[in-house]
Amino acid sequence: MKPPVTHVGVIGWVKGNLFNGTLNSILSIATLYLLWKVVPPLIRWAFIDSVWHTTGKACKPAAGACWSVITENVRFIIFGFYPYDSQWRPLVAMLVLFGLLFYSQNRKHWKKHLVYVWIAGLFTMGLLMKGGLFGLSPVESTKWSGLPLTLLLSVFGLTAAYPLGVILALGRRSKMPGVKWLSVTYIEMIRGVPLISLLFMSAIIFPLFLPEGVTINKILRAQIAIILFTAAYIAEVVRGGLQAISLGQYEAAESMGLNFYQTMRLIILPQALKIVIPPTVSILISAFKDTSLVVIIALWDLLKTTQSVLANPEWMGFSPEAYLFVALLYFAGCFSMSGYSRKLERELSAGEQQ
Amino acid sequence: MQAEKVPFWLDPKKRAVIFQIAVLGIVGLLAYYLISNTIINLKRQAIATGFGFLDKESSFEIGESLISYSAASSYGRALIVGALNTLKVSFAGIVITLLLGTIVGVARLSGNWLVSKLSGIFIEVMQDIPILLQLFFWYAIFYESLPSPRQALSPIKGIFMCNRGIAFAVPEAHPAHKYMVLVFLAACVLSYFIRRWARRRQEKTGRLFPTFRVSISLIIGLPLVVWLAFGAPVKMNVPKLTGFNFVGGLTLSPEFCALLLGLILYTSAFVAEVVRAGIQAVSRGQKEAAMALGLKPSLVLNLVILPQSLRVIIPPLTSQMLNLTKNSSLAVAIGFPDFVSVANTTINQTGQSIEGVALIMALYLIFSLSTSAFMNWYNKRAALVER
Repeated sequence: MKPPVTHVGVIGWVKGNLFNGTLNSILSIATLYLLWKVVPPLIRWAFIDSVWHTTGKACKPAAGACWSVITENVRFIIFGFYPYDSQWRPLVAMLVLFGLLFYSQNRKHWKKHLVYVWIAGLFTMGLLMKGGLFGLSPVESTKWSGLPLTLLLSVFGLTAAYPLGVILALGRRSKMPGVKWLSVTYIEMIRGVPLISLLFMSAIIFPLFLPEGVTINKILRAQIAIILFTAAYIAEVVRGGLQAISLGQYEAAESMGLNFYQTMRLIILPQALKIVIPPTVSILISAFKDTSLVVIIALWDLLKTTQSVLANPEWMGFSPEAYLFVALLYFAGCFSMSGYSRKLERELSAGEQQ
Repeated sequence: MQAEKVPFWLDPKKRAVIFQIAVLGIVGLLAYYLISNTIINLKRQAIATGFGFLDKESSFEIGESLISYSAASSYGRALIVGALNTLKVSFAGIVITLLLGTIVGVARLSGNWLVSKLSGIFIEVMQDIPILLQLFFWYAIFYESLPSPRQALSPIKGIFMCNRGIAFAVPEAHPAHKYMVLVFLAACVLSYFIRRWARRRQEKTGRLFPTFRVSISLIIGLPLVVWLAFGAPVKMNVPKLTGFNFVGGLTLSPEFCALLLGLILYTSAFVAEVVRAGIQAVSRGQKEAAMALGLKPSLVLNLVILPQSLRVIIPPLTSQMLNLTKNSSLAVAIGFPDFVSVANTTINQTGQSIEGVALIMALYLIFSLSTSAFMNWYNKRAALVER
């Protein structure tokens, strides 16, 4: 005998998931009504009435979105002031980075050679951006802007902050009061203040710290601020991993006669760092999002190049379109990373249960 | 027999002392180097240090302020105005975020497929777009896309939306309001004592008292009685268009609206995740066991589910509230005069960069340290008492 038609197929699904009970039915109908009110006009604005390849003037009378602000300025938004003829270089550098990230995604590749691959990759990217070798014309770092700058700040920020964070985490768990006190103060201080105050510090106060005549360029100063900030958060994540390692592991290592550095390098850190990979990816996501703050100290990152396009009288008034485009870029980056983090978490926890 | 003498570099205790002295020494030397450089540089640029500038006249205007302020006031007062604005936006943000975040978090777990998926999309989208970008977006919407005051949108009667902000109708000032607030506060205190008394009585006699219903009716009912006793004043102060702007009612600036909206949407996505995790942390068996004991659904929620999930929810929730407060510092990017923004103006005018940044850091450190003090207190109170 077949089940009644209202329990299987589309009708069964709708009944079971949308109209099971009075409250749910009301909720579903209200939500559907709201969607009906919001989504069609939005689609109309974004696709049907929109304008794609025109000048700013031609955009003004259009009823829909003016995507021309993106299509006409996309190279400036992405690459900023990088010399127009050499913009293939940051493009290749970004592709190298994406390739590296894609390659590292596979857990089968997590071996020693991955470190060398990354060092080679970072070196290639630096060379492509900076130039000056192999017939590439040198490009001042003051001209680095747009998406490459955003990626550079976040990737180098996390890479450099990681070792510092691990040291701070170990310091926080140290039995020596001096070291512990120092690490705790640093971590809590940095975590207590907003990133913007550190960026202000890098922009205004940092030059005062240096002896006369020595200057460090603005991008590097902001990079240092981001590294110092991220390190404190990494330290807390790594501390969580260290706490999860059972005392028996330490005792076993000690009874084998290993000293502190051997214990950490061979026994504790490999286990602890493996546990904290998913939260580390979350930190990478926040670091990626947080780099947008450099706009406030007038660095030309992705957001700033977009704003400068919008400040042009021709394109004034199309901010929602431009910001939606930038939001899409950020969303694509963060969404893929958080999806990867979730997948990894599943895989790792499955490994634990075996 | 004499113990063998251990060379000092093999004695862990002595080694620890030496190591610590070395680390602290290096940090101290670094600090000394930076500070001495700074002092030399400050002398060279003839910048006076110290907080004396706080008493000087600020000579800049601040768009919105909770206390009286003019360009003739001192820098110190300007900074207080900024700090109050930070508190204002954080407080409003926290209250609304808690509400919205809880609703979205519960909706994420709803049996209704549509509602659950939509809140999932909301959470993912809001979390993955930088807060600063969201602020710019909302500010652009408020500033560029909304019409001028003359063509202001009025979605609900008494509310006007235009590029000068949102204007609300508010009840016209009446002496009753003061007494209503007083009675409201008194009702809150009274409910607290009723709760204590009810708990003691239950411990002694086992009889239950409908604390929640009684307190709610006290808190709502008493101000209502006062309002009726004053003859139920209903006159509203409706904003009116005079000249180029609205007069009367309560007007929120576009900067404030954009900042508040951005903070709320961004943070409530995180709060929703926290709430979802907290609810899921209570195992199904707990609810079933409580129901098997014959408890009513409201008691199951109050006595079994909430105490356990709150223990999981509260710590990450406080850190999200703190994040909201810290993120409110991005107000500087859209021109809302919060503490960072005012401090930034002060730095630009006086050149007292070190003092200015130190003040910013100090204010936020006070916020976060007091929050963590609260967290420690709560954790101690709520920690599981294990065998």
